[in-house]
Amino acid sequence: MQFSIYRYDPDTDKKPYMKDYELEIETGSDMMLLDALILLKAQDAGISFRRSCREGVCGSDGVNVNGKNALACITPLSSLKGKKITVRPLPGLPVIRDLVVDMTQFYRQYEKIRPYLINNDEQPVREHLQTPQDREKLDGLYECILCACCSTACPSFWWNPDKFIGPSGLLQAYRFIIDSRDTETESRLDDLDDAYSLFRCRGIMNCVSVCPKGLNPTQAIGHIRSMLLNRGL
Amino acid sequence: MVKSVTSLGRSGLHDWMIQRVSAVVLAVYIVYLAVFIFSTPHLQFSVWHNLFERTGFKVFSLIALTALCFHAWIGLWVISTDYLKPLAIRMVFQVLVIISCIALILWGAQIFWSV
Ligand code: SF4
Ligand code: SF4
Ligand code: FES
Repeated sequence: MQFSIYRYDPDTDKKPYMKDYELEIETGSDMMLLDALILLKAQDAGISFRRSCREGVCGSDGVNVNGKNALACITPLSSLKGKKITVRPLPGLPVIRDLVVDMTQFYRQYEKIRPYLINNDEQPVREHLQTPQDREKLDGLYECILCACCSTACPSFWWNPDKFIGPSGLLQAYRFIIDSRDTETESRLDDLDDAYSLFRCRGIMNCVSVCPKGLNPTQAIGHIRSMLLNRGL
Repeated sequence: MVKSVTSLGRSGLHDWMIQRVSAVVLAVYIVYLAVFIFSTPHLQFSVWHNLFERTGFKVFSLIALTALCFHAWIGLWVISTDYLKPLAIRMVFQVLVIISCIALILWGAQIFWSV
């Protein structure tokens, strides 16, 4: 099987280039893209990429495969079309080396939405209980592993990574807005009510099509927008 | 909160709302005009003149023109903040858009009421 991999080492390379590799894979057998990358690294120790859990939980190996963002560890080679598989770093973020990108901008947006529960009411004596119905509202939100596949597939995030929160951050924002135990709903909504933070979303839905956890940031963004609308009318 | 001075509305929600409402106004105006044009067998100057002579239609036209300008302002502002990165170019562009929008509304009003 043939691979074309994005290579860039800022210390030695003037500019990035694509390098071709061959990997012998027994016919009839399959493996995840991450396994293939690890085998390729055995051929060429220089190839750099992040990975940790190798089972779609940690969110560290987001890469762009054949033009689409995905987690290498849960992308079977058999699911990829074409003779040659092209692997590039996540688009839109500065490349540190090869497939490793600098996630600072992504995390900065995440930080902005205050990703933790805030309770200004009296502290409950024991745990803070939630009805099963209220708990259910967090489904489809809490599963986000911050892999950045979505935000780096979003054109609005490419053009304004410093101002637009991006799909991942907005999904997380909604996770805390809708949480019955959080008392900062109003100020959280205030924070998003400018022309960029949320409203830069143009409903392109690239985020939905790439999320490896099957989450729907566009829907979460829609919910926040309706909340803003209900409040503003 | 990200501040912006050249956007039309006071908040993102405000802009969003203006854009939806103006789109509806434009749609209604266009449909009205289209129906008028296609249901009038002999579209002559006098027919056209009669249409624009009515105060109701003048107001409707001015509202539609204003909606168009607001819609364009918000849309072009978004495009300029996406694609025009050098500050000077972006500012000149935004100011030109704003001035053209205001000028178009005033000019339009003058034309409508001169009929
Ligand atoms: S739906 Fe919104 S957040 Fe998702 S990719 Fe499109 S513009 Fe980005
Ligand atoms: S929403 Fe999905 S794609 Fe986006 S960061 Fe979370 S898990 Fe990754
Ligand atoms: S290595 Fe953890 S998500 Fe892929």
